[in-house]
Amino acid sequence: MRPLTLALTVILLTGATLPAFAASTEADFKAAYAAAEAANNEAGKLRNQWTTTVSALTAAKKAAEAGDFDKAVAASKHAEELAKASIYQSQEQKDGWKQMEIR
Amino acid sequence: MRLVPGSVLGSTFGIVVAALLMGAAHSAPASDTPNPAADAKAFQKFFTDKFPKVKFEDFVNGPYSMDEGLYQQWKEKEEFPPYEFALDMGKELFAKPFKNGKTFADCFPNKGIGIRQNYPTFDEKQGKVVTLELAVNQCLESNGEKPYSYTKDEMAAVTAYMAFTSRGKPFDIKIPNDPRALAAYENGKRYFYTRRGQLNFSCASCHVQSPGEHIRAEVLAPALGILNAMPIYRSEWGGMGTTSRRFTSCNSQVRGVPLKPQDDEYRDLEYYLSYVSNGLPISGPGARP
Repeated sequence: MRPLTLALTVILLTGATLPAFAASTEADFKAAYAAAEAANNEAGKLRNQWTTTVSALTAAKKAAEAGDFDKAVAASKHAEELAKASIYQSQEQKDGWKQMEIR
Repeated sequence: MRLVPGSVLGSTFGIVVAALLMGAAHSAPASDTPNPAADAKAFQKFFTDKFPKVKFEDFVNGPYSMDEGLYQQWKEKEEFPPYEFALDMGKELFAKPFKNGKTFADCFPNKGIGIRQNYPTFDEKQGKVVTLELAVNQCLESNGEKPYSYTKDEMAAVTAYMAFTSRGKPFDIKIPNDPRALAAYENGKRYFYTRRGQLNFSCASCHVQSPGEHIRAEVLAPALGILNAMPIYRSEWGGMGTTSRRFTSCNSQVRGVPLKPQDDEYRDLEYYLSYVSNGLPISGPGARP
């Protein structure tokens, strides 16, 4: 019985973690890309988009067009994180720029 | 290479936060009361104190004022300056009548000769800063002509000629008693010191904190007098470029998406940088590595 229990446990645990490793779908890409694009648009309103965000968005779209949704989702998430960092930078620099001023 | 979002978040965010915290430790914030005259005085003192051996008027020579070897190379370059073709082209374009028979001379004070030192100017009718590049395109459009690209070619040529006729004349930028002018100046100052792009650099990171230092093979120019030589022939560009080209390429170099040439921020930045260089002679067109 013990080997069977062990086997079942392994199968159940593997099963429980399967969704994290499952192949991404087009819907996953669309959701991730939309989130990244929204964050980048917000950075645009702050006049502080990063070229690397744009490159990551382009890479995401290219990967999706090639049918590689894992890569497309990863690139979209990368773009979203970069865009969020640029937003943070703008918010911090709203007054932070004064620290560098010659006076 | 496969991307790993979690680690990217950590590294990118971490770098930005660390850099911002380092910036915050630099010094205490300045007063919020605008005082352009005091700014200009402090700005010029900062550079003359930092580089006591550089003559005041030599700051317009950018990296050449920082490095003896480069200075010698520049002296030799000036015998056959690389901007000469643009200068000839600019002189020709400047004199060539538009379709309506008028020329650039009809759009500018003193027929456009020897006036570079007065730009940017704050135009109270338009309620905004007008740079020489913008004035050139406004002249073209008001005479039914197609505007030039702001970054190079004809624009660089015409402004090169106009700068050439103004050589030696000190920058004389005025801030009229108009709250909009002061707001534009302050906006330009804010833009100059604001960190941007993934590399988290401001204009000041290179041109205040590090003039004379190298970034790869380049020697960084001091911010004082940095626009006096515009437009410039840059070996890196393999051609001429305007102030617009310089601003947009600086933004790209720090991995920021550039704004459109002559957007408010860029015109205001030019206003600020030119004002704090008041008294320094126009030396354009220039040549840079």
